[in-house]
Amino acid sequence: MSRPHFERVSSWILLIAIVIFWQAICSLFQISEFIFPSPVRIFEQFLEHKTTIAAHAWRTFWVTMAGFGLAIVVGVLLGFAIGSSRLAYAAVYPLMTAFNALPKAAFVPILVVWFGIGIGPAILTAFLISFFPIMVNIATGLATLEPELEDVLRVLGAKRWDVLIKIGLPRSMPYFFASLKVAITLAFVGTTVSEMTAANEGIGYLLISAGSAMQMGLAFAGLVVVGAMAMLMYELFSVIEKNTTAWAHRGSQH
Amino acid sequence: MNEAFLSFQNVWLAYSPQLLAQGQFAVEAIDLEVKQGEFIAIVGPSGCGKSTFMKLATGLKPPSKGRIMVDGQAVKGPLKISGMAFQAPSLLPWRRTIDNVLLPLEIVEPHRSRFRQEKERYEGKALALLDAVGLKAYAHKYPWQLSGGMQQRVSICRALIHEPKMLLLDEPFGALDAFTREDLWCILRDLWTDQRFNVILVTHDLRESVFLADTVYVMRQSPGRFVAKRSIDLPRPRDLDMTYSAHFTELVHELRTQIGAVRTVSPA
Repeated sequence: MSRPHFERVSSWILLIAIVIFWQAICSLFQISEFIFPSPVRIFEQFLEHKTTIAAHAWRTFWVTMAGFGLAIVVGVLLGFAIGSSRLAYAAVYPLMTAFNALPKAAFVPILVVWFGIGIGPAILTAFLISFFPIMVNIATGLATLEPELEDVLRVLGAKRWDVLIKIGLPRSMPYFFASLKVAITLAFVGTTVSEMTAANEGIGYLLISAGSAMQMGLAFAGLVVVGAMAMLMYELFSVIEKNTTAWAHRGSQH
Repeated sequence: MNEAFLSFQNVWLAYSPQLLAQGQFAVEAIDLEVKQGEFIAIVGPSGCGKSTFMKLATGLKPPSKGRIMVDGQAVKGPLKISGMAFQAPSLLPWRRTIDNVLLPLEIVEPHRSRFRQEKERYEGKALALLDAVGLKAYAHKYPWQLSGGMQQRVSICRALIHEPKMLLLDEPFGALDAFTREDLWCILRDLWTDQRFNVILVTHDLRESVFLADTVYVMRQSPGRFVAKRSIDLPRPRDLDMTYSAHFTELVHELRTQIGAVRTVSPA
């Protein structure tokens, strides 16, 4: 097997190794499935409840996507605003940093008061947790524009807007895609956390109800499903990133 | 045609009102007359205000005192008739070579509004320009697939695509090795001979200035001020062999002496 090929499958090999090790520990020490279920048991429970899990997973998925979509729109607009204006940067950035330091799970009870139990709090929690990296990356991409490049265009009578559209935006695309990969995983965290206390549907809700019914296998199956969805979306954005901003990743092509 | 194309009349520039109040000028008392189609070079030590001079000439910075006229009109803002190239090629890595060259046409009128309809014609023009600097085969490559010297040639093409009346070069060959640099001197000489735009070349390479320019100005630092003007009476067309002639060496030596004299002047 050639080295690049081996690199590609390496994470699968590691995953399989961990699962085998896990199974071995559980079988060897005969650990109770109510404490720590074995992979085989998790898989059995997964098959047993697959329609239930699929329904909850679908709910978590689209709610996350809604929150994430909102995060992209708001993150890009805010990032554009604070990246293109020094005044906006000075005014907004410190406040945004303070806001980002707040634990987003703490917002859930407030959101429940405002929007009730259901999709409202989940979408908004996913949004609140994931827009920040998008905003910061767009702003950084725009704010670090080389002054010579700007002069080349300004000499031609280019307006600030021209410079932003022709240079600033394309230049910040690699930063943008990098931030999407971080943001999508955060969005899943936001949705799941919110569903744990403020929903009757979704993987978060499934985790809590399975836990309280001592169905540990089902709870773990739910965790695996969230992890798998986040990883799939991450890979999707990686592919899009490679195909749209290959110029920024040329080092790895040689 | 006696009318000067570019003239500076007692131009002073301070970068901020505070500096102006303290009488700290980046450049002072600049007087300059450039004829239509003249190639001038400005030489001097680093930090002597050469780049400031460029900003003034292109209208990116208004002068604090004095008057700058281009083509018989006072300069009030970016001129749109000039093209610029710097020491760093600063090409856009996501655009192919040809699209980098075309960039100014997407900005400057009247090309801007015609760009979509007449894209093919403009592309032909860009290809002809790339051909002139020996890069036609690289038109559809990305900048990072080109060597440093090639990138600098592309950068000069980009500065020329909209047929500027004035080309401003800020140490454009400073980062290149000696052989590539001499190649590019010849390329620039040929482009200029062909199209006769005005060139303002800022450099600290005296041989470069003597080889290319009609007139060389020597600048002093802090504050920036012209201290000498030397017409280069070498016949054209000039070739690289000429740089080994006695008269060429004499001119370079004379300018070097001027710079040396500048350096011994203690800052006021």
